Amino acid sequence: MGGRDATMVLLDENGIRCDGRKIDETRKITIKAGVLKNADGSAYIEFGDNKILVGIFGPRDVHPKHMSDTDTGILRVRYHMEPFSVDERKRPAPSRREIEISKVIKEALEPAVMLEKFPRTAVDVFIEVLQADGGTRCAALSAASVALADAGIPMRDMVAACASGKVADTIVLDVNNEEDQAGQADMPIGYMPSLEKITLLQLDGVLTPEEYKKCVDVGVNGCKIVYEIQKKALNDKYFGNGKD
Amino acid sequence: MASKSVIDDLKRSQILESLEQGKRVDGRALDEPREISIEINAIPKANGSARVFLGDTDVLCGVKIQPDKPFPDMGDKGIFMCTAELLPFSHPTVETGPPQAPVIELARVVDRGIRESNMVDVSQLVIEKDKSVVGVFADIVVIDYDGNLFDACSYAATAALLTSTTPKWTMVDDKVTLVDEETPLPTTTIPVSVTMGKIGNHIIVDPNGDEWASMDARITITTNSDGNICALQKGGSDGFTQDEINQCGEISVRVGAKIREKLKEAQQGSQ
Repeated sequence: MGGRDATMVLLDENGIRCDGRKIDETRKITIKAGVLKNADGSAYIEFGDNKILVGIFGPRDVHPKHMSDTDTGILRVRYHMEPFSVDERKRPAPSRREIEISKVIKEALEPAVMLEKFPRTAVDVFIEVLQADGGTRCAALSAASVALADAGIPMRDMVAACASGKVADTIVLDVNNEEDQAGQADMPIGYMPSLEKITLLQLDGVLTPEEYKKCVDVGVNGCKIVYEIQKKALNDKYFGNGKD
Repeated sequence: MASKSVIDDLKRSQILESLEQGKRVDGRALDEPREISIEINAIPKANGSARVFLGDTDVLCGVKIQPDKPFPDMGDKGIFMCTAELLPFSHPTVETGPPQAPVIELARVVDRGIRESNMVDVSQLVIEKDKSVVGVFADIVVIDYDGNLFDACSYAATAALLTSTTPKWTMVDDKVTLVDEETPLPTTTIPVSVTMGKIGNHIIVDPNGDEWASMDARITITTNSDGNICALQKGGSDGFTQDEINQCGEISVRVGAKIREKLKEAQQGSQ
């Protein structure tokens, strides 16, 4: 709880980070598909100390009606954090930050989902962060892709997401909470590995043009690692020898 | 919480039919709650937490403890507050946005049951009288819905509070300062709510989702460790006879005592 060590070494002389990882290593990631009974599709992800649940409903009727589109289905995303998910209790109502993240995740998923097949309907993606530890949007986006697939929604590809960043003058993969607070740059990336398309990209911090390229490259490689874990989650549920 | 559908009307006749033969659709006795499973410390970052499954109803409570300003007329008491929210994936009919009346009632009934039992000893949560006190926030979220949220939420909050530890603060130069010390949250009793539904003339304990949608009325009674009743809420659009109310009181004490043992086990298991 709280109490960040001011003397913490972000990167030691052997290239080991504050949580013991190497610079090109992600935190421990586990994804489980189909974890909710009432939702049409769902997924649970643990990404380091992040714990996130995603539930999908749809394609279903659009309420309010004026939001519906006669040419295509629409995707609606709500990213929300529980009051107890962070060190200082967060007020339950959605904040401006959560509203923005909902929007970037929606726009990251839209290229992957074949919404044109379901005119006048909505697909609702509900993301609930139970515990947050830096990089929630990437973890949430990765889990949302698995949940959409679990719901049987036709997709062109899954979006895998992972952040890269700059810590102690070094480009590293998957910036954690401490590195995000004390580091120099954070770049969340969402990527469709089969289509080779980036669908989410943000950056906080300063990078040289060379570092910028390196950062994207490292991040995309991280997404490819996440992609394999996403595929495994679906494999485990649908082809898992009768087990979950 | 979830609204009624045509299917629910059809199910009601089936539920009522089996009740006439003294049976419930899922094979339980009339005064038998569903299987309760309690996972303590589901959210390690919170000061205390519990995930509770009551049958297929799935709820999570996280407790946050932090310094706060006291209420103006309560300068010698800490703050206890309980909130509840239905996550939008808990049921297809749940809508996002400001909470509707049923959810507000849920949060208030759960809060009242714990508050009126004086479970959290707020007199011990004062940093400096009239200036600064400790606030205890038990936030409950419903993950999956299958009826009787009142009890599931109440058990989750109680289990989370029973296993919470609180940091310690003191006043240094008029500033609230953290002392490096964690102690169990001071509690005085274990409140247990028991919710009963009335379908026709039958009283059933812990209605599941189908039963909940078929009920004519319901009653939630909270008892404390002494076996006394400390809070009650009647709901639904039918009434209870005085005999039924007495019967419900007896059931809540008897069934509540068994559930209290489960909560104690969960508390001991976490130590």
